[in-house]
Amino acid sequence: MTESKYMTLNMGPQHPATHGVLRFVLELDGETVITSVPHIGYLHRGIEKLMECKTYWQSEPFTDRLDYTSGMSNNLAYCLAVEKLLGIEIPKRAQYIRVMLSELQRIAAHILWLSTHALDLGAMTLFFYGFRERENCLKLMETVSGARLMPDYIRFGGLREDLPDGFLAMAKTFIDDFPSRIDEYETLLTKNIIWKKRTQDIGILSAEDAINYSVTGPVLRASGVNYDVRKAYPYSSYEDFDFEIPLGTKGDVYDRYLVRLLEMRQSVRIVKEAIKKLPEGPVRASAPEYIAPDKNAVEKDIAALISHFKLMADGLKPPVGEAYTSIESSKGELGFYIISDGTSKPYRVRIRPPSFLNLASIPRMIEGALVADVVSAIGSVDVVLGEIDK
Amino acid sequence: MSDTNKLFEKLSGKFGDKILNTAFAFGEPVVSVDKKAIREILLFLKEDKDLSYDMLIDLFGIDYPGEKPRFEIVYILRSVKQNNRATIKTRTTEDGIDTVSNIWKAANWLERETYDMFGIRFKDHPDLRRIYTVDDFEGHPLRKDFPVEGYDYDKPFTVILEEEKA
Repeated sequence: MTESKYMTLNMGPQHPATHGVLRFVLELDGETVITSVPHIGYLHRGIEKLMECKTYWQSEPFTDRLDYTSGMSNNLAYCLAVEKLLGIEIPKRAQYIRVMLSELQRIAAHILWLSTHALDLGAMTLFFYGFRERENCLKLMETVSGARLMPDYIRFGGLREDLPDGFLAMAKTFIDDFPSRIDEYETLLTKNIIWKKRTQDIGILSAEDAINYSVTGPVLRASGVNYDVRKAYPYSSYEDFDFEIPLGTKGDVYDRYLVRLLEMRQSVRIVKEAIKKLPEGPVRASAPEYIAPDKNAVEKDIAALISHFKLMADGLKPPVGEAYTSIESSKGELGFYIISDGTSKPYRVRIRPPSFLNLASIPRMIEGALVADVVSAIGSVDVVLGEIDK
Repeated sequence: MSDTNKLFEKLSGKFGDKILNTAFAFGEPVVSVDKKAIREILLFLKEDKDLSYDMLIDLFGIDYPGEKPRFEIVYILRSVKQNNRATIKTRTTEDGIDTVSNIWKAANWLERETYDMFGIRFKDHPDLRRIYTVDDFEGHPLRKDFPVEGYDYDKPFTVILEEEKA
């Protein structure tokens, strides 16, 4: 009988450091990882299939439940894809509000990532600090949409309704205060010797590997590849805003941490600019064929009522065609490929979840690493199983 | 626009009748190709210095029951250097199509997902297992003939246990 030299260790699916129901099977030589095989699918709900059986309107709440840490961005990606099929122009005010909200959502998602990642590596204070700011950020989401996590606020043709009174002042207070909070996080971590030892030169992903694995988002940029959908394919008037893309050099866990912190600072800049430049005007496109009229008009005008009823009962019918759009969500490139056959239900919806491909690169990152570094590497990628498993 | 014309020219110059159709959809090039040459074409697109489509953004299947061949596979490519995108499409039956996982590592999981959801087998794939559903799952959920509520979805657990014993 031959004895195996290696030990197989099962990590997850119920493990606090895997951020959801993710399972890793690690083959270990002592404490060194030889191979690792991720297993996913524990949260598979068949969202793509469900979307084929619902009208375009009805599918939108599913998108909130993909990456449940950034619902607003998911709404935006789906709406942009449908709007591309419909060929409608969105009013500037709605576009700016979309930008503002997706950047606030990015801040909320990055804080959540930072807090939990730091907690994984033993820095507990940051978890409390982070959740304090995240709560303020989610309150802003709640003010506009009524929900903290599942906003469903961005709709085809614009927004559900205009911003509530006082929102801009609230957002301004948060945004003015927030950079000093990032400084606080930095005092805890950036020069902390324990943090550096747990993150520097760990989970390295070279630029070539990152491109080969189709990694996107902060993980790709930490490897030094300058690709951000906001700059490469500007959507929703991102070209009007002035911001930079932070890049890393080495592609280790520490670089990913720095890139995300810098990204939050850039998001602050974008939100500030959006508040300053926010134009007046309608927040919903005028396309009676596809877009339901304003709720106030529905109560007073019979034509609007008929149009509203028809759109809600029948669903909108985009012209036959196929469209791919992608946005830069907090995790990376979130894409929707929608095929319309001219009926009120999509023929096929393909969701390109950024975390799915980012996760596929983890085995490459942790080849030859120690078991403790596996936790660090998984955390640094910021996986959200809701989006991976669809 | 000239860049994408270059794409069409280069492709039809090199592969001739393997390129079935070229078009633009929302300003981006879409090329339909013969599945027999899919690997060569994608490898060429990646390695060619002018085009250098080095990133496979997405790969997925579409089911068209009643048409022959039944499935369509879509590859969305991106060039980091040139900052442009291209969509390559091909038709295949479920019997198989060449894997591109030896060109892009990213294709490994994407092809596993396509196999799981549509039952399309990728030739020479290093690890073609189901990725979302369990290993003994029956059927392929994203096929149009798969019921959306699944099979046996409301069978009580005790009945399932009895069946497993029998």
